[in-house]
Formats: sequence, structure tokens, C-alpha cells
Amino acid sequence: MISIMNTFGVWLAAFFTLCIFSFLYQDNPFYKFAEQVFVGLSAAYWLVYIIYSIMVPNLFAKLAADFSGNIILLIPAALGLMMLMRIHPKTQWISRYPIAIMVGTTAGISMLRYMKSDILQQLTATMINPFAADTTPEVIGNLLMIIGTICGVYFFYFSKKQEGVSKAVSKVGIWFLMVSFGATFGYTVMARISLLIGRLDFLLGDWLHLIK
Amino acid sequence: MKISVLAERRIIYLVLLIAVALPLLFPIGWKTEVSGYTQMAYDLIENTPENKVVIISFDYDPSTMTELQPMGEAMIEHAFKRDQKIIATALWPMGVQMAEQAFEKVLRDYPDKKRGLDYVNLGYKVGGMVTIQAMGRDLKEVYPNDTRNTPYDQIPLLANTRRLKDVAWVSSLSSGVPGLKEWMMVARDSYNVPVTGGCTAVSAPGFFPYVNEQRQLTGLLGGLKAASEYESLIGRLGSATTKMDAQSVAHLLILVFIALGNIKVFVAKKKKTTKTKAFIIKRRKSND
Repeated sequence: MISIMNTFGVWLAAFFTLCIFSFLYQDNPFYKFAEQVFVGLSAAYWLVYIIYSIMVPNLFAKLAADFSGNIILLIPAALGLMMLMRIHPKTQWISRYPIAIMVGTTAGISMLRYMKSDILQQLTATMINPFAADTTPEVIGNLLMIIGTICGVYFFYFSKKQEGVSKAVSKVGIWFLMVSFGATFGYTVMARISLLIGRLDFLLGDWLHLIK
Repeated sequence: MKISVLAERRIIYLVLLIAVALPLLFPIGWKTEVSGYTQMAYDLIENTPENKVVIISFDYDPSTMTELQPMGEAMIEHAFKRDQKIIATALWPMGVQMAEQAFEKVLRDYPDKKRGLDYVNLGYKVGGMVTIQAMGRDLKEVYPNDTRNTPYDQIPLLANTRRLKDVAWVSSLSSGVPGLKEWMMVARDSYNVPVTGGCTAVSAPGFFPYVNEQRQLTGLLGGLKAASEYESLIGRLGSATTKMDAQSVAHLLILVFIALGNIKVFVAKKKKTTKTKAFIIKRRKSND
């Protein structure tokens, strides 16, 4: 029985993969069908997952086991219910309070962390002696990093008209940015091809058994 | 013969499909050079003493498993080889199943490794950065039991692991938010625990600046190529290595397409300029 269900699952997955691939030829009913099924299934999956993996163990089970010990959980539960008030236009205003709390809390938690990791640590990592490295390629790498950082940041300095030396610095900044965009494009191609490889590996291996 | 843009696109898709399928069916066996970032991640695990407890967080779902699952399997195998104890966690719900699949595959070669003694799957927790922060204070509070409902205190592996500071390193295999960045921000920058990890190729350029003098990240595996590099470092012929031939052929083909596209635009521009010039000369002659 398990084997039959497995085979059925593989054929179903192959069918939907081919339905999605058919869009490459042109838009068609098979593609639309697969797209709608995916959207519906995802919504249903997440609903069930949120109830059974988040709500039940973190709220209902704890309250059922020890109500007075976990009474503080009623606060997030109430905030959650207030969020649901968005459904009705007359009670929509109530949902602004939990949203405000969420925005404030997230900003408070993230601000310090981002300040430390994305600004202070990154700045410190750039403040190095480039000639202290062991090998020549490392020294060149360090110099490029420092020049690239300074010129790249300077490109976004708009308070003064960029002419003369400042224009040259800005131009170097653009070149560094262009190189980084090229690298990003290369990595994006790699990621997209990986997705295609994954699907073809499934079709040729799991479905058609052509790959050993 | 003039081909329409739509027909051109279809030809490109078809050629790409064939180019990717053929190396999967008939592997070429091209070798990949190991990059410095992969080597750093490898060295971190290699130089960690045995019996140390480590965390591998599976922060992805099946949509990116082609790139991230081989990294997970390779890192588990490497940690097992070095006799390190693995705690698997997930900041993404489906990461739990990804971790189970990875353990199941690696355990075929390491049948002596036991759940609870050598590895444990603590499962998924909602909250991202806040959850990691809470793990920094008390792991048991965040994970009172594992995915098989075994209480935290009854898992031998976790006997001396109370908070994040007690683990030797953290690796996050991440395909978005929450993931590697959150681990780096909290585990590395707040609790000073070495953090390494892997990400999809598309997000790798965004993570490279964190592999710096400050060691915000100790190495990084970016995409399928880095996964195959890691497999070669631990001497494993895994799925990433076998898929790299297809990746390389596809990249070469895309380079050819880019070159052809540029030649086409160049020729079209030249034709247009010649036509315009001929038209101007003709107009001048008729005016004269």
C-alpha cells in the first residue's frame, strides 16, 4: 500500500512539474490548474500548521496544563484576537493596537542588532592595515576592499556636486558597484539553474529512473 | 530566415533543458576548485575537538533543497566523522523534515550513531531572532522537548548544554529570513559563538561581506558549487558533486547565449547605421 501511494505521489509531482514547465511554451489551462492548486494547498497547509505547531503547543496546551501558571499568555492571545478584528470594517480600528505593538517591538529588537552587525562590525572590519596580510593577493584584496568601500559609499553622497576629484572617486565607486552587480547576476543564474537541475533530477531519476 | 522573439525564447528553453539533462544522464566528472570561504567553514568543523556539542539549523524548505540539502548532509557527515554531537533546529517549519531526511541519509553510513546520544532534532520554533536570543539565555525554555517528545533533561547529549554559549559552533543553512543573518547577529555578535553556514546562490553575494576580519561568519557555502566543494573536502560523492556537471554546462551555454545576443545587437545596430547613412546620401543626391 505504501509503495502504491509513493508511486502515486511521484506521478502526481511529475504531472504538476510538467504543468508548470508547460508555461515556457505558452500560458495554458494546465499551468493555471497547477498554479491554483499550489496556492490553495499552501494556504490550507499553513493554516493547519499554524494551529497545530504554533497555537496548540505554545498557547492552548500550556493553558490547559497550568492555567494560573501561564496566565501571562492571555496577553498575546488577546492581541491575536484583536488582530482578527480587521475582518469587520466597524472593528478594524482595534487591530491597530497589536500592529503598533508589533512594529514597536520589532524596531526596538532589530535596531540595536542591525546597528551592531551591519554598521559597527562592518566598519571595524574595513579599518584594517591592508599591508599586514601574509600574501600579496591578500594585500591586494584588502586594498581593493578599502578602496571599493570608500568609493562605493562616496557614490551615494549627494550633498555636493560631484566634479573633479570627487567625480573620479564616484566613478571608481560605480565600477565597483557594476562588478558587484555582475557577480550577483552570476550567482542568480546559478541559483535558477540549480532549481531546474533539482526538477530535472526528480523527473529523470525518481520518475523515469533514468539516473542511477 | 527570421525567427520571432517568442520562437527564439522557446529554442533557448529547449536547448537549456537538453544541456542540463544530458550531464545528469551522462556525468562528465569535472572537478571544482575549493574556494577560501568553503575552506574556512570546513576548518571550523575540522578543528573543533570531539565530543563538543554543535548546532545545525535547517532554515529552509523543499523549494531550495537542491542547493541546501547537500550542504546539510555534508556538514552532518563531517561532524559525525569528528565525533561531534549535533543539535538540529529549524527556524522554518519544514526545516524539521529536511533535518530528518538529511540524518536518515547520512546514518546509512554511520549506523553506530544514536539519536539522543550523538544527535537530536529539537524541531521548529517560531520567532526568528527572538527565539535565538532566548536560546542564548536558556535552551530548555525554548525547547522543552525534542521532535519525539523526549523531555530536554532526558536527552543525554544535552546534559551539559544549557545555553547557546555551551555549543562549539552554529551552522545555519538558510534560504531567507529568519536564517543565517539572525544567527550571526545574535549567536556571533552577542554571544560570541562562531557561526558558519550555507545559503542559496542568489543570496550569497549579500552574505560575503560578513566573512571578514571580525569573523562575523566563519566561512560561507554559497549555492550548489560550494556544496560540491564541501563534499570534495570530506571525500564524499554526494548529490551536489553529481549535479555540478549540469551546472557548469548550463553556465557555459548561458555565456554563449549572452555572446550571441550581443553579436545580434551589434549586427542589428550596424545594419541600422548603414541603412540610415544610405538614406541620408540618397536624400542629399536627390536634393542636389
